[in-house]
Amino acid sequence: MKISPSKIISLLFFIFSGFYLYTAHQIQVFAFDENAAFNAKTFPIYLGYAGLIFSALYVLLPETRPSNVDLTVLDYKKTITLVILMILYGLTILRVGYFLSTSIFLVLSYIILGERKWLWIFLLSFPFVAIFMYLLHGLLNIYLRDPFLQYIGIMG
Amino acid sequence: MIEGILIGLETAFSIKNLMMVMIGCFAGTIIGMLPGLGPMTAIALMIPITYGFEPSTGLILMAGVYYGAVFGGSTSSILINAPGIPGTVATSFDGYPMAQQGKAGKALAIAAYSSFAGGTIAAIFLLIAAPSLSKVSLAFRSPDYFGLMILGLTAVSAFSAKGHFLKAMMMVVLGLMLASVGQDTLSDIPRFTFQNMNLSDGISFVLVVMATFAMSEALTIIFKANDPTRVAKQISLSQLGSIKLDKEETKKMVTTIPRSSVLGFIIGVLPGAGSTIASFLAYGMERNFVNDEEKQKFGKGSINGLAAPETANNAACSGSFVPLLTLGIPGSGTTAVMLGALLGFGIQPGPRLYQTNPEIFWSVIMSMYIGMVILLILNLPLIPYIARVLATPRTFLIPLILFFSVTGIYLMSFNNFDIYMMIGIAVIATILRLYDFPMPPLILAFVLGGLMEENLRRSLLISDGSWSFLWDRPLTLVIMATIVLIVFWQIYTSFIKKN
Repeated sequence: MKISPSKIISLLFFIFSGFYLYTAHQIQVFAFDENAAFNAKTFPIYLGYAGLIFSALYVLLPETRPSNVDLTVLDYKKTITLVILMILYGLTILRVGYFLSTSIFLVLSYIILGERKWLWIFLLSFPFVAIFMYLLHGLLNIYLRDPFLQYIGIMG
Repeated sequence: MIEGILIGLETAFSIKNLMMVMIGCFAGTIIGMLPGLGPMTAIALMIPITYGFEPSTGLILMAGVYYGAVFGGSTSSILINAPGIPGTVATSFDGYPMAQQGKAGKALAIAAYSSFAGGTIAAIFLLIAAPSLSKVSLAFRSPDYFGLMILGLTAVSAFSAKGHFLKAMMMVVLGLMLASVGQDTLSDIPRFTFQNMNLSDGISFVLVVMATFAMSEALTIIFKANDPTRVAKQISLSQLGSIKLDKEETKKMVTTIPRSSVLGFIIGVLPGAGSTIASFLAYGMERNFVNDEEKQKFGKGSINGLAAPETANNAACSGSFVPLLTLGIPGSGTTAVMLGALLGFGIQPGPRLYQTNPEIFWSVIMSMYIGMVILLILNLPLIPYIARVLATPRTFLIPLILFFSVTGIYLMSFNNFDIYMMIGIAVIATILRLYDFPMPPLILAFVLGGLMEENLRRSLLISDGSWSFLWDRPLTLVIMATIVLIVFWQIYTSFIKKN
């Protein structure tokens, strides 16, 4: 028997709703609120049941408009590489600083996506980020922590 | 009302706000023009920029972006038959054939004039309707609000995701679940935080919008190996032709615009309907109004066929502000993003906004007129040049969207946790989008989650835990009956009619 990906997603949502409902029941409310008509866990409990009902209906009822996706044409390599790059960007943005991590992120993403116009790659990374930082930091007074620029003495 | 209009004019005509309308219209046009990137993405990308602004300035900027994006969507529909947003699909029916006949300039001019006329007429309706409706909506009580929110969510699920009602309802529940993370507003009891301090304030609205729209849109383009800008590279400035309209063409537009404006505005006011339905209905209605000779031209470059959906989708945009400004309940995904931004500014839209923050209420309405004029005088002569933006390679476009998304969240929280959570939500949203799980119902539910719980709490406490509040008042009963009707209509069209 072949099960459609939409039904698998709905099944996962059913499991998630079950977990959500269980967690909702675990919410500790004040003793005087325990038997109140509405307390902190009432709404989440209703949501948990709603999630179970809708996902169960989707799994059990026949699909009226199945989504046809050709999995062979999807570009997994570039997408996964970009996601990993974003995670690394998130990891370095505080430690290395906004300027260097953002510029490197942009350069690497352009290259991963197949861009080879080096002048444009340069212009739309280091100088672009510098201008953007000046707008935020210099004009809009939004503080941006940057250990790298502080280390080389550009930022105070 | 006159006093309010004057306050609105004063606010809207300040140099800063005029600049914001111009920037908004221009940025919106460029983003909306890129296929796949609609007004919601455009507005989401603007939110971090509005942090330091006053609420009225921020909202004026976002309204400008909204109109600009709708206009930009028409441009890509006409020039490359790739609608930037669903609301401009009907525009391509006659706009693209006109472009193929060498009348692209004329088609773009018709789109611009129709958008201007539709938006302006609808803004007049909004000017009249909004204050009156604000007064009426003061009579609404918690059960009515709770019912209205369910109605909005059901309607958006039914209309925005045709044939995928159950998937949309799952997204509604997921949106409400995400909104329930963090401390309970009344008792401060932590919920679903798993002892993580980063979750105690809940999940940021900007994070969810950026992840589900801007970031996941960019990832979807890469994942599906689409290059939305490829076709546009072939556009030559000389192919656009003249933008001047003759007497007969103008006459055809003059008859189409009023009826499409009225229809568009009414559809826009209805929760969930929005510009897509308005443009299709206007196209169908226009086809029935014209004579047999003109009817034959529909789909082959009819001026009426182009003017009708363009007028209606802009009128619907203005109409969608009515429930937002008067009831505080957005009727569409785009206005839900705006509501989220307003809540971020500490402003609660609703019937009292008219009295408590008249400068916001009126300046938004006034800025609509200004936005329409700017779109016409700024964009029309610049269309040939703006159209070149369509040729921006995705190799530059995608990293820049990702950069703006990450920067937006970083500037808000200055921690890594939010960046990781955004990436996680974006990856899940990309997979869900692939299998037609719609995102607008999720956003609408996320924004309405807190308000919905608050109104349910009040209703249940007043009725001593009984659910009879759903049918005690005639108004609530009518709202609930409409919800039941929508659900049964969905069941009928999906299962019974099909069998």
